[in-house]
Amino acid sequence: MKAFTYQRAGSAEDAARLAAHPGAMLLAGGTTLLDLAKCGVAEPDMLVDIGHISGLDAIAVDAGGATIGALAKMSAVADHAGMRAAFPAVAESLSQAASAQLRNMATIGGNLLQRTRCPYFRDPAAFPACNKRDPGSGCAAIGGVTRNHAVLGTSEACIATYPGDLAVALVAFDAAVRLGGRTIAVEEFFLVPGDTPAREHAIGPGEMITAVAIPASPAARRSTFLKVRDRQSYEFAAASAAVGLELGPDGRTIRDLRVALGGVATVPWRCRAVEDALKGTLLEPESVRAASRLAVEGAVAQADNAHKIDLAPRLVARAILSLGGLA
Amino acid sequence: MTLLDTPRKHGDASDGGAIGARLSRLDGKLKITGAATYALEQPVDGLAYAVLVPATIGAGRVARIDVAAAKAAPGVRLILTPDDDLGLQPATDWNNVRASDGPYVPLPRDIAYNGQPVALVVADSLEQATEAARRLAIAYEEGPVTPGLDSPNAGEGSPLDQLSVAWGDAEAALAAAPVRVEAEYHTPREYHAAMEPHGLIARWEGDRLTVWEPSQWTHSMARSYAEWFGLPPENVRLVSPFVGGGFGSKGFSYGFGAIAAAAARRLGRPVKLAVTRPQNFAAYGGRAATRQSLALGATEDGVLQAIVLRGASETSTVGTWVEQVGAATPLMYAVPNFSARQRLVAVNTVTPGALRAPGKTPSAFAIESAIDELACAVGADPLEIRLRNYAEEDPQARKPWSTRRMREALAEGAEAFGWARRSREPRSMRDGHQLIGWGLATGTFPVIRNYGEALVRILADGSAEVVTGATDIGQGTYTILAQTAAEALGIPFERIDVRLGDSALPGAPVAGGSKLAGVMTGAVQKAAIAARDELIALALNDPNSPFRDTGANTLILADGRISAPRGDGPVVSVGELLGRIGRERIEVRRDTLPDHLQTPEGRFRAWTTMTTVQGPTAGDYSMHSWCAHFVEVRVDEDFGTIRVARMVSAFDCGRLYNPKLAESQWKGGIIMGIGMALLEEGLVDSRNGRVINNNLGDYLLPTNADVPDIRVIDVGIPDPHASALGGKGVGEVGIVGVAPAIANAVFHATGRRVRRLPITLDALV
Ligand SMILES: Cc1cc2nc3c(=O)[nH]c(=O)nc-3n(C[C@H](O)[C@H](O)[C@H](O)COP(=O)(O)OP(=O)(O)OC[C@H]3O[C@@H](n4cnc5c(N)ncnc54)[C@H](O)[C@@H]3O)c2cc1C
Ligand code: SF4
Repeated sequence: MKAFTYQRAGSAEDAARLAAHPGAMLLAGGTTLLDLAKCGVAEPDMLVDIGHISGLDAIAVDAGGATIGALAKMSAVADHAGMRAAFPAVAESLSQAASAQLRNMATIGGNLLQRTRCPYFRDPAAFPACNKRDPGSGCAAIGGVTRNHAVLGTSEACIATYPGDLAVALVAFDAAVRLGGRTIAVEEFFLVPGDTPAREHAIGPGEMITAVAIPASPAARRSTFLKVRDRQSYEFAAASAAVGLELGPDGRTIRDLRVALGGVATVPWRCRAVEDALKGTLLEPESVRAASRLAVEGAVAQADNAHKIDLAPRLVARAILSLGGLA
Repeated sequence: MTLLDTPRKHGDASDGGAIGARLSRLDGKLKITGAATYALEQPVDGLAYAVLVPATIGAGRVARIDVAAAKAAPGVRLILTPDDDLGLQPATDWNNVRASDGPYVPLPRDIAYNGQPVALVVADSLEQATEAARRLAIAYEEGPVTPGLDSPNAGEGSPLDQLSVAWGDAEAALAAAPVRVEAEYHTPREYHAAMEPHGLIARWEGDRLTVWEPSQWTHSMARSYAEWFGLPPENVRLVSPFVGGGFGSKGFSYGFGAIAAAAARRLGRPVKLAVTRPQNFAAYGGRAATRQSLALGATEDGVLQAIVLRGASETSTVGTWVEQVGAATPLMYAVPNFSARQRLVAVNTVTPGALRAPGKTPSAFAIESAIDELACAVGADPLEIRLRNYAEEDPQARKPWSTRRMREALAEGAEAFGWARRSREPRSMRDGHQLIGWGLATGTFPVIRNYGEALVRILADGSAEVVTGATDIGQGTYTILAQTAAEALGIPFERIDVRLGDSALPGAPVAGGSKLAGVMTGAVQKAAIAARDELIALALNDPNSPFRDTGANTLILADGRISAPRGDGPVVSVGELLGRIGRERIEVRRDTLPDHLQTPEGRFRAWTTMTTVQGPTAGDYSMHSWCAHFVEVRVDEDFGTIRVARMVSAFDCGRLYNPKLAESQWKGGIIMGIGMALLEEGLVDSRNGRVINNNLGDYLLPTNADVPDIRVIDVGIPDPHASALGGKGVGEVGIVGVAPAIANAVFHATGRRVRRLPITLDALV
């Protein structure tokens, strides 16, 4: 294991300053970082432990929305009564993620920044080609085993799936990431790979996530997170959908709809085409199913993952209809 | 009163004695509290830490390893590469055959599979060794890779004529049969994935070697080390008191052990090697991938006329492992014409090995799926078709079954499950979006017999000790041997101490093949009865014994006390008697070897090879454990996700020495079967033969959430032919038949027949 120095940050400013060192990496719960260090992907020179900064783990929910400190544990947010009432999809995305042990260790900030589970990314010794790890080296996944790779947002340089669940729920409800003084929408925070898959988010050197803010909305209050996978727990999504629904006073007209997909795209994938097609229409199984197919517009399958293209729209439809009491 | 004249049922507490009681595991608390010391936790002074470096190509050779940068890294003590002559000799295999063609080279230059060890780095700390290993510059010459059984370049392989089974004229009968079902079934590479990974600590003292390594067979593994290093067998001690799961992987020594022990000898310092979780997917082999093309011919009523099986399994290019796909096929049903053949295909993998119920498990997947397909083809109930083709005797060996309570298993399982309420048509049962399917399949595992040796000591404080080199890999050896001794000695269970897992202790066969319980209860019973008889003889004859003048000609030993049969004499505790007659202990060592093996060579062979094993049809009977699994699955109609909602399984395993432990073995096997059916598969990159899901995040095993309520039912009766105490073996049969039961249930739920495991959602979307 490569030797590194260890620094404990006393404040967010302290952490940001230390993180500006070349070779420095922030350590929160460590459940992603230690794993990546063991498989030789993360090789920090300096670990900046932010886990002891006080005040960064608060969860506050009020009429305007929720603010979640970057160090709040996944389990704490998943179990938070206010979150479960105002943002069920967010709480459910966390309670269905990873395992109980990991949720008790892992933080919200670290969760957003978890890296892809692409097996080629995680095995540098056997697969030197990986543009995400080593720009310009190629992509070992293309032509390999691609059952869990993305069908949306891919490029010729990289087809890795963004694996997290929470970010999918956040992107559906217009949440924003606070980077100290600066705030950026989650939808803009994650970057599709394009020609630069090594650059995954809009976080600059010396910046850290301090909080996540989610505005309250009727759609967020009536929301759900559906996650499909072979193993019933402790597995990443084959496909997931975060959906929120607001019906008009007639109880049948769709006033607001939020749809985002996970497990199928290179970034948390907001499906505005589905939302736009259905907003203002009557909630009906047939139209919902037809519109849900728009969720995978432009999808490109690899050798082993075509099923995701069939699966994703079915999740969207099921989620919308079950929120509307029709499934 | 001896054990043998005690009337017995098959295992409920009403039996009265210690055997058959539902006792908890003696090692349970130690394990739960962390007090059990596993191999890599042994406190050994002055350890150096080794890191194994695996090949990253699938075939070819190591052209060059530049060690300069690694050598210069802090703390590095030793680096071994193919350039080093380790000076090792080949070891004898389980057939008692020892290769004579040159030295044993566990770090060869030629690469036969991805993950093969190419170097070992030893340093003062694990971190230093890990860093130095990273600095090795390894240059390969890559060769063409054959990644797996179904790869286009794998070829047909070579026939295994010795496995061909035939009676009647199967091809002709198949051609003439009014109903035929024919299909191809596939099972993938699967892995043991035991909670405790492999590894060892090797310590030399002069020319004596001690190895702490998780083991299912201490004597045989110690022999391998002795032969590699040219030592007399008694110079090697292999210690393994606790094992965190083996499932067949821990019965043998492997190359990494030889390399680590060689490093320890060179360094003159004990070496610890922890095989990392990813390395556990290539340092030794899992279950081989298989392919079976199976054809059943039957009458219009579904009465079998012919079975034709053409199978293939993979092995490595450097070793032979046969995953016997015809292991269960000829046993399950009466059929007048039968033909089975198998081919072996060499690919670039580590040599596969034994994984819980080898052969039987893939074999049952095909035959038990096919019989379900036949039931559908003729419109019969899957339970009814099994009764129509019930094998009244072993169709292959033409011998009577010793015991076969398959009818009872089917009947009691069906009753408990509610099978009679099943609607025949696929897709005919649902609950909202969930398609419900009910499936059934049966399983079998042979009774394998062998010999064992045990030492029993009755101590001055009235307690007793049982000592043998047999291992407890979690299945309950400690507990049932204490029960056996308690009952034979008449000393309470709580006062029996059991020592296991050390090659310096009396001989025992491998904890594999579901035979250790049957073998070792027999040996312990024999030794304990001899010890008890010696104690009673002393009590009757010793001048200082209070019983000497009672005129009794025998005595009763019960509850730790000795008394005369009529109850009119003194009652003395065992400890008190030993005190009175001035004995510190009574110690008896007994084995169950037949006369022809009572030689030093015979004993050594019995404890270190498989050559003294007797198969299920070695005597006048055909002896097997049996089971029937009933499964309810729920399949989401849109998502294809499969959940096992409930299971009922009925077992005939003869007498149960401890029903609580037997049930735990059955359930463990069933859970593993759920993994096999729905989750487990080694994913291989076809370009370089690498197993890419080589960790427990990506190689999926069932979690608690995947395991439903499992009800197990015991329908067995004591089988006097199978073992000394009447048990048949409980460890492996549980997994056999689970995968086809689930596949059959998936068919019933969805109308989709999936013949390739695991059945994942993409097969049903
Ligand atoms: C086997 C397994 C299964 C899993 N399954 C799931 C799943 O089903 N769904 C799911 O969503 N997740 C899953 N995860 C991922 C898990 O949720 C993440 O590992 C976890 O959330 C990361 O949080 P952490 O605090 O441990 O991060 P760390 O490991 O400490 O950090 C992760 C990364 O984020 C950076 N970082 C951490 N905090 C900050 C911050 N405040 N500002 C800037 N950078 C920061 C670190 O430098 C590092 O690069 C799984 C993980 C494992 C190992
Ligand atoms: S898909 Fe992306 S992460 Fe995976 S190997 Fe290709 S470039 Fe690397």
